[in-house]
Amino acid sequence: MDFTNFINTFWDNTLSGLSRGAIYALIALGYTLVYGVLRLINFANSEVFMLGTMGSVMSFWLLGIGPDGAQKGVGGFIASLLLMFAMSIVFSGLAAVALEYFAYRPLRRRNSPRLVFLISAIGASLAIAEGVGAFPKRKREEYPFGRLSISKSGCTVSDTENCLLNTRTSVIKFGDTSIQVRHLVVLIGSMLMMAGLWAFVNKTRQGRGMRAVAMDAETSRILGVNVDQVIFITFLVGGIMAGGAAFLYMLFFEATRYNAGFLLGVKSFTAAVLGGIGNITGALIGGLLLGLIEEYGAGLFGGKWKDAIAFAVLVLVLMFRPTGLLGESLGRARA
Amino acid sequence: MSTPNPTETPRKNLSQQYLSYAAGKADEAGPGFSDRMRNWWTGLQQGEKIPVVLAAVMLLFWLPWLNPVILRPEGSDFASLLAGTVVPYVLIALGLNVVVGMAGLLDLGYVGFWAVGAYTVGVLTSKHASIPWFLAMFAAVGVATLSGVLLGAPTLRLRGDYLAIVTLGFGEIIRISAENFGWLGASEGITAISPPPSFGPVIDKESGARFVNFSVLENKWFCVFGFILILAVLTALTLIERSRVGRAWNAIREDEDAAELMGVPTFKFKLLAFAVGAAVGGLSGAFYAGKLGTIYPKDFAIQKSILFLAAVVMGGIGNRWGVIIGAFIVGYLPEWLRYVRPIQLFVIGGLMLLIALVARHRSSLIAGFGFLLLGLGIRFVEPVRTFMESIDEKRFFIFGLLLMTMMIFRPQGLIPRRVAARRAAPTSTVMAASDAVTI
Repeated sequence: MDFTNFINTFWDNTLSGLSRGAIYALIALGYTLVYGVLRLINFANSEVFMLGTMGSVMSFWLLGIGPDGAQKGVGGFIASLLLMFAMSIVFSGLAAVALEYFAYRPLRRRNSPRLVFLISAIGASLAIAEGVGAFPKRKREEYPFGRLSISKSGCTVSDTENCLLNTRTSVIKFGDTSIQVRHLVVLIGSMLMMAGLWAFVNKTRQGRGMRAVAMDAETSRILGVNVDQVIFITFLVGGIMAGGAAFLYMLFFEATRYNAGFLLGVKSFTAAVLGGIGNITGALIGGLLLGLIEEYGAGLFGGKWKDAIAFAVLVLVLMFRPTGLLGESLGRARA
Repeated sequence: MSTPNPTETPRKNLSQQYLSYAAGKADEAGPGFSDRMRNWWTGLQQGEKIPVVLAAVMLLFWLPWLNPVILRPEGSDFASLLAGTVVPYVLIALGLNVVVGMAGLLDLGYVGFWAVGAYTVGVLTSKHASIPWFLAMFAAVGVATLSGVLLGAPTLRLRGDYLAIVTLGFGEIIRISAENFGWLGASEGITAISPPPSFGPVIDKESGARFVNFSVLENKWFCVFGFILILAVLTALTLIERSRVGRAWNAIREDEDAAELMGVPTFKFKLLAFAVGAAVGGLSGAFYAGKLGTIYPKDFAIQKSILFLAAVVMGGIGNRWGVIIGAFIVGYLPEWLRYVRPIQLFVIGGLMLLIALVARHRSSLIAGFGFLLLGLGIRFVEPVRTFMESIDEKRFFIFGLLLMTMMIFRPQGLIPRRVAARRAAPTSTVMAASDAVTI
């Protein structure tokens, strides 16, 4: 245990922990929504996220941004970000819906028990990840995409100091810690998406349908809820959240690969369980908490133990509070 | 056999639902091929069974020397392939089948026990000590069993799908630890693990090779040793399954609450299932380490766990023969298909068609035509050939797809378990969302 390192890096770790946690929280929402409505661990949600990051990569190709990055004007900068965001969401949303249609709907038609669903989900996850890894020219290397910047005359892309603004420009500085544009984008962006989701679930007709099906599928069907449609929307919304997470992830980490989703997915599921699966607020709190625990743990024990710490937390939480910190609910109590 | 009750199910165990579902499906089709095989077998006299078993065992042990040309992938050592992938995978599948198939606990971190077994042998025979190999093997089984108990004790009270995730985390923790502890060789792994000692009369004076020869280049006796291990494990598991323990596992799998109420100490027996499964996994790891001589943390990645699960599910959850076939498919087929020549496919396809005709087995018919088509494809279509040459890299992709399709069309696996066929109760088209499943 390295306390001096822990204290020295405390604020840096807090910042990156919160950013990481915000991404976990968004992916965790995909797990939580589907679990709330279907009582199913959508194991392939991590792959939905991964396909979203691939969508971001595609938008880089469309914009002609190579590994060295590119310079755009202010308008171009914003438009590029929006395109990236849109592509991520479209990829993830479509993936989630396709997953529901091809992998889960046939099983629901056959009244399959839950283990069948889980195994199918595992199979889907494996197939998607390895399919992306093995087929399109075997893209197993990382994507070291450079930063997108707003150009100022005489600024090269790798030269962050002279650029007017890029994702790594410091906005606020205190001590050795600097809050960069990407931290702000990740934190604010995820909060906005989550607020949007909260409003959707609680204020709209479709959201009410979701809560109803989560509470009691059979009764809602009798009362006229189109259960299949609700499930479709649930997957779509979960996919969109994963797409948003993918966009923010690409802004923040700037690299992805075919198996980028797996570990992140398991950790996000951990976050969902930590907060109480099926519970939207729980996903937020669990995500941020897990991000912080991981970064602090890495500060204490060294970065290579980061993943092991996340899993240890999962085991501990499930042992002492099997329903998570806030308990399980989507339609049941407050949601 | 109980009549289906439409209103039941709120507290059914996951795998019990699974099995009754699978059995219900199998039921409608009349006696399947495996049922007919089983009937033929049980119909034999005691005296008739012995020669059949003897012939089968002799054929099995002869296999490494027989080196059958239909099964042998070109450019690769058949015995090495058998000993390096098929034997460890079969052992793994048998062990995982205890946990998943018999006790009904979904374990996604099974590769962890495999790693524990392999690393124990590595540490004890190469890295930090050099104790006799067979002693190290027993130590590996012991340590793996212990790790199974250590993992099971805190987690086995969890619900089914949570248990899956926690075990997955456990598998990753084991791998990360192996990668990070310098004492375990970190990412360089452990090299120069000694094979089991060779013995018997010296047959080659120059190299000093003995009759029973275990070495990196000589794999035939590894196969024999592996087959002996498999037969031993198979026998032990059969005895356990028929004992009180096996009946307790059955009861837990079918309905845990009912089992508890009838006086079965469910936690104790679930822990026992975990321990037995872990022990077999450790044994497989020990064999694997001895055969390969070198182990790396990346050999024990989490995808392996899912591959093992695929083996069990494809073969038929809960059926020992099924999971052996599943392990064979998962371990052997990708390697075989990579080097396969069209003529091999034609011969096997033809044989399957023959079986289909004689035994009136529809799946063999489909598979036979599949093999023939594949052979034609490799012979005449260039993209198919290039695809097959790199098929080992795509094996996870293919098995992923296979898992998905099997869950839709044949969730009971290739050789389904024989269960007291209870039909799945018709519930809503949504999975019973209100069902508070406890495991």
